[in-house]
Amino acid sequence: MFDSANIIVGLEIGTSKVCAAVGELNENGALSVIGIGQARSRGVRKGEITDSSLAEEDIRNAIVEAEQMADVEIRSVYLGVSGNHLRGFNNHGVHPVVSADREINEDDVQDVVRNAKAVNLPAENYVVHAIRQHFTIDGQKGIQNPVGMLGARVEVDVHVVHGNLNRIRNSIRTVKGLQLEVEEVVFGGLASSLAVLNNTQKELGALVIDFGAGTTEYVVYNNGVVKHTGVLAVGGDHISNDLAYGLKLPLGRAEQLKIEQGGAMMDEALRGKNIALANEVGLPSRTVNCDHLRRIMSLRIEETLQLIDQDLARHGLHEYLRAGVILCGGGARIPGIQDLAERVFQMPVMLGQACSINGLSDALKQAEFATTIGLVKFGSLQQKGKAVRGGLLSGIKDTIGALIPGRRG
Amino acid sequence: MSTSDTGGLVNQALSVRVFGVGGAGGNALTRLLLNPPGDARLTVMNTDSQALNASPVPDKHSLGATDMRGLGAGGDPAMGQAAAEADEAQLREMCQGADLVFIVAGLGGGTGTGASPVIARIAREAGALVLGVVTLPFDCEGSRRRKQALLGLEHLKAEADGVVCLPNQKVFKMIDENTSLADTFEFTNELIADGVRGIWRLVTQTGLINIDFSDLRSALKGRHAESFFASAEATGPQRAKEIVEKIMSSPLLEGGEMLTGAQSVLVSIMGGADLSMAEVNRIMEQVNRRAEGAHLILGAAIDSHYNQRLSVTLVASRFQVDAPASPDTIETQRTVAEDAPEMETHFLKRQESVQHTQRFVAPPPELSAEKTQELLQARGLVGGGRRRKSANAFQQQLPLEVVSKGRFEKSEPTIHKGEDLDVPTYIRRGILLN
Ligand SMILES: Nc1nc2c(ncn2[C@@H]2O[C@H](COP(=O)(O)OP(=O)(O)OP(=O)(O)O)[C@@H](O)[C@H]2O)c(=O)[nH]1
Ligand SMILES: Nc1ncnc2c1ncn2[C@@H]1O[C@H](COP(=O)(O)OP(=O)(O)O)[C@@H](O)[C@H]1O
Ligand SMILES: [Mg+2]
Ligand SMILES: [Mg+2]
Repeated sequence: MFDSANIIVGLEIGTSKVCAAVGELNENGALSVIGIGQARSRGVRKGEITDSSLAEEDIRNAIVEAEQMADVEIRSVYLGVSGNHLRGFNNHGVHPVVSADREINEDDVQDVVRNAKAVNLPAENYVVHAIRQHFTIDGQKGIQNPVGMLGARVEVDVHVVHGNLNRIRNSIRTVKGLQLEVEEVVFGGLASSLAVLNNTQKELGALVIDFGAGTTEYVVYNNGVVKHTGVLAVGGDHISNDLAYGLKLPLGRAEQLKIEQGGAMMDEALRGKNIALANEVGLPSRTVNCDHLRRIMSLRIEETLQLIDQDLARHGLHEYLRAGVILCGGGARIPGIQDLAERVFQMPVMLGQACSINGLSDALKQAEFATTIGLVKFGSLQQKGKAVRGGLLSGIKDTIGALIPGRRG
Repeated sequence: MSTSDTGGLVNQALSVRVFGVGGAGGNALTRLLLNPPGDARLTVMNTDSQALNASPVPDKHSLGATDMRGLGAGGDPAMGQAAAEADEAQLREMCQGADLVFIVAGLGGGTGTGASPVIARIAREAGALVLGVVTLPFDCEGSRRRKQALLGLEHLKAEADGVVCLPNQKVFKMIDENTSLADTFEFTNELIADGVRGIWRLVTQTGLINIDFSDLRSALKGRHAESFFASAEATGPQRAKEIVEKIMSSPLLEGGEMLTGAQSVLVSIMGGADLSMAEVNRIMEQVNRRAEGAHLILGAAIDSHYNQRLSVTLVASRFQVDAPASPDTIETQRTVAEDAPEMETHFLKRQESVQHTQRFVAPPPELSAEKTQELLQARGLVGGGRRRKSANAFQQQLPLEVVSKGRFEKSEPTIHKGEDLDVPTYIRRGILLN
């Protein structure tokens, strides 16, 4: 009933949830989300699969739910990856134009990007993305699309995101175990940024922070391209663990308390106040000091944001962020996090919403779906890119097969 | 209380065996016999039949009796090892059904040093949790004994679940320097007996706060811990404060410094009916402050004989980061092992304040003041003779949750510029709540 070529599925195997979204690309190139499926994630810590059989079960449940809602059979996915092992840096590639007429063609572009990707990395590393920034032709900088231009020497700047081969393989293998193809692996933070930023924000310069349960991912754009990426293996789980430790509560209760009573900012009005915890059978009722709760949370969130701020400072990126900071991921729901982030970054902070996709109900615009929706968007850009050759992101599908030898059917 | 696989296990039903191996081990058991830990079964083992016969401990086993003819191992650990191996079948028999086995020995001679690792292996294979409680020789005993002892310690650590270590030399700091060698040994023996009692109490006694045997097991199991311990007693209104000071100033814990690098700390508190939860909290707060980042395991029990008295035993453990040394790698490790364990400790302390192995886990929740009151009142209603039974009743009323695994137990620590971000921010920033 659907042409499967027009069906694009994003899959995020998050620390708190596994989420799959089905997008449909119509003849006019408009993208609609027609199905979504979710499962609580039990086999993931800090963005990486630690129990593949649990993860497999959770992925299956999310996929089945999405299939039912969209009424399609899912065969392949764009897979989000995260974890402390992912790193980003900028690199440069050079390529002499060899054609007699010196007209730069698509092959020259592929070659120069390949050169930029040929990074001297240890063998256990895998390049997830080599995102084109700008081309330079015979010294002239800032060229977006060199195809058809004349020149003897073409250069390119790319942002490379790489990670540990075995860990990425591990995610792919788990997905493939469910008879699903992996179209491409995508850095989760990059996907989120595609979901929540519009073109103006990318041009002006923006920082997107996806504050998840096990990892916090961030991406910096300027002049329409990705300038910087990063991952911290710190997230909402750390807040809960801190609260469990500091307030002497079981982890489950701490998590619940965080969501029901948490906040990122200290509040004078809470000083000396207590929260009575619901009675459990046979347990004495307990109270928790509101001030302690807030202080523990606030310190953790502030520190996490500060670590990002310091990283930006090290790379001299602050001045590029004219559109400010956009928060997404479940952590964006923490009351007061916007204010706290404004204090840390000293610039305007907004809450991100997945945008420019049709059919998104308000529920899907929620901050924690940014990655999954962004994966669908990434997929659609790749599909369109295939049609017109050369998109924002270089295709790497061919290399995925090489990751899992002998299993690509 | 964690309702883990051993959740149904009643503490009293634990079968505990204490083996005193070699001369020093036997002597320590003599002290333990004066105030034995409940119904733990004590057995002395030696290659030296004369020493064995002289022991007041009734249960004796002559190690390698057929080959050694009861003449002792003459300071050669290979002899001690061979003797224990020759008796493997009998030793296995003795370990049958035991849940917890203590192996008490003085390292440095032939029997204790050579036989203990063998006995530890056999006991472990029989399914018991095995804890070694051992001394290291005095400096004046010479470097040969010392090397032999450290080598034996490595072997024992590889076989036992945990080894509590008491360097005899440190005892010198606790006693008058004119004390005779015999009295010094006696003093050490008493410390060892205290250690065994404290740990035993921790896992077997039911009381205000119970430690599940499975918690101890999971704290030590398979991690080849090396542990140091200290005990103290105090009376009077300031006893909680005093006892902490005593413990922290104990040379055995290097003035509390041992706690800084510890990954887990077991605290056993014993008091009379007057023991208050506030006191328990005060002690734990102090321990917590010094052992930041350690997994704290607390047990508190009430013994009617303890009126006015408060006694605390604390065992600080650090886990071996590397795989345990296998016998063939021992030789190459010798140069490392030659450094005194104290040195190793300092090294670890500095290195591990950036803790790559330390996991931060939520401790058991405290009891509320009301509940404490309730408990203490309930206690008062039952006669002293029925203590155990009543304690059991508390246990049912009080399903304490002991969270023994943190959220990040299974994952790689998040280290950022040498700082372990898994440790709560407020702790790393030294912010006190209150
Ligand atoms: N604390 C304490 N340590 C002792 C005592 N006797 C010996 N030691 C220490 O323990 C070490 C081993 O001595 P023993 O236990 O006599 O030796 P063994 O294991 O019986 O071995 P062999 O006599 O060679 O068969 C010595 O080097 C001393 O440091 C004692 O009564 N108390
Ligand atoms: N209202 C809230 N207050 C505090 N934390 C929240 C709130 N809502 C969600 N979270 C936290 O956000 C995290 C989940 O975010 P999400 O982006 O779904 O994570 P992941 O993608 O890593 O699975 C959890 O740690 C959750 O506790
Ligand atoms: Mg996420
Ligand atoms: Mg002897």
